[in-house]
Amino acid sequence: MDLQRPLPTPITPEAKPYWDGAREGKLMVPKCQACGKAFLYPRVLCPFCASRDITWIQASGRGKLFSFEIAHQILNKAFKVKTPVVLAMVELEEGPRMLTNLINCEADPKKLRCDMPVEVVFEKQTDEISLPMFQPARAR
Amino acid sequence: MKELSNKVCIVGVDESDEIGTLPGKSMLSLHLEATHNAIRDAGLKVRDIDGVFTAGQHSPATIAEALGVIPRYVDGTTVGGCSFIIMVGHAMLALHHGLCDVAVVSHGESGRSGVGVTPRRDTAIPGQFEASYGFGGAPTYFGLITTRHMHEYGTTLEQWAQVAVSTRKWAALNPKAKNREPITVKDVLDSRPVIWPFNVLNICLVTDAGGAVVLTRADRAKDTAKKPIYVRGAGEGAEHVSLTQMRNLTFSEATRVSGEKAFAMAGVGPRDFNHVMLYDAFTSGPPLMLEALGLAKRGEGVSLFEEGRSTPGGSLPINTNGGGLSYTHSGMYGIFPIIESVRQLRGECGPRQVPGARLGLVNGMGGMLSAAGTLVLANDR
Repeated sequence: MDLQRPLPTPITPEAKPYWDGAREGKLMVPKCQACGKAFLYPRVLCPFCASRDITWIQASGRGKLFSFEIAHQILNKAFKVKTPVVLAMVELEEGPRMLTNLINCEADPKKLRCDMPVEVVFEKQTDEISLPMFQPARAR
Repeated sequence: MKELSNKVCIVGVDESDEIGTLPGKSMLSLHLEATHNAIRDAGLKVRDIDGVFTAGQHSPATIAEALGVIPRYVDGTTVGGCSFIIMVGHAMLALHHGLCDVAVVSHGESGRSGVGVTPRRDTAIPGQFEASYGFGGAPTYFGLITTRHMHEYGTTLEQWAQVAVSTRKWAALNPKAKNREPITVKDVLDSRPVIWPFNVLNICLVTDAGGAVVLTRADRAKDTAKKPIYVRGAGEGAEHVSLTQMRNLTFSEATRVSGEKAFAMAGVGPRDFNHVMLYDAFTSGPPLMLEALGLAKRGEGVSLFEEGRSTPGGSLPINTNGGGLSYTHSGMYGIFPIIESVRQLRGECGPRQVPGARLGLVNGMGGMLSAAGTLVLANDR
């Protein structure tokens, strides 16, 4: 199957639990044992308190659409998903923000609003890589 | 810190021989033309250069080698387009302490034609966590800042468009500007959609251009060809690279830190300026800088453009060269607002001259408000 997107590269050793989790449909994030805050991107030191005591937790997958854009063109030729595409910054319930796509929605700025609730969905790219994306949250 | 104020001067500025679309010139040639021209503007010789400062793909050693000089001070700090603004501060320190006597800050970029340029590659973080979603290229990031600002403060597409309209009015008065025909808010709103909330007229040009700035100590500046322009204050800051790490998506901490330092060194406040140059890669950039620098309340930066204060004849002229939006934007634009500020303070700007320009503010960003550099420039002590 032709890939529709550039694969994440390089996968850094520090982020292996993130990608291992994604392959199993789990959104894994690093969490500082000292100050209790979760963060992204994965690194060996807490960006809030500089502690080296880091563990991993599974995030709920719920969050809010912190900000968004509607792309009518994508510069990267390896990105072949039909535009318009919603490029999004999601803030997870646990605190970290991540860049992603909002899918299963209309790519129309009038239909989207900052802070609307969203939930994670995993889109399989290869046997190794599944990408966390988000969709408008279903009623719970 | 105040002891550094007014100790060094900008004595030479210029662009490369041409700016625009230049498929016949490499990035290195743009550097060399600009440095040669700025040294001529100062009334000095290339062999006088003993401090070389540059950012981007070429190291200061490459520029020194190509110029045929052996500098005793080099600096290649590369934190985005504001690096050249930051380097004026670094050159100030080096000159003040006698580590060099004639410093050149050189920029050259074949941003449009890509001549003599190594193709960019993703670094680890955006390659791993951003590119798969279509992120890449400045508009895909700065739009997120802009959308969030609209959500938090109610700013509108019409308001952002005013920035493009104001800047184009200045470009009309600058023969070197690429786009000079007048535009309206409607023109901006009707221009080609690129990435909402940006249409093409919300986004800077992509050009080939070089620019350079020559500095020396104030005691030496008396011998140079043009009226010396004093570096009264200089600041810098760096907060993040990945946009997910920006603490407040609508307020640039890097800019705040940079501005506070420059203003404190200069002994001035945010309301003291009568000429302002702000790095305008996007229409929303200058308003957010005005907010972080304290020239406007949070959420209200765009009002300076709306009320016509920023335009020719207005009370606070902003981006009088026509900006990255309409004059030129080679990729790392930061050298050009310095050049324009110096020309305005010298009184060289002809039809676009700001009457009585005396105290100038130059502020630029690196990346997505990620890093910042600020200068306070004055035409007397």
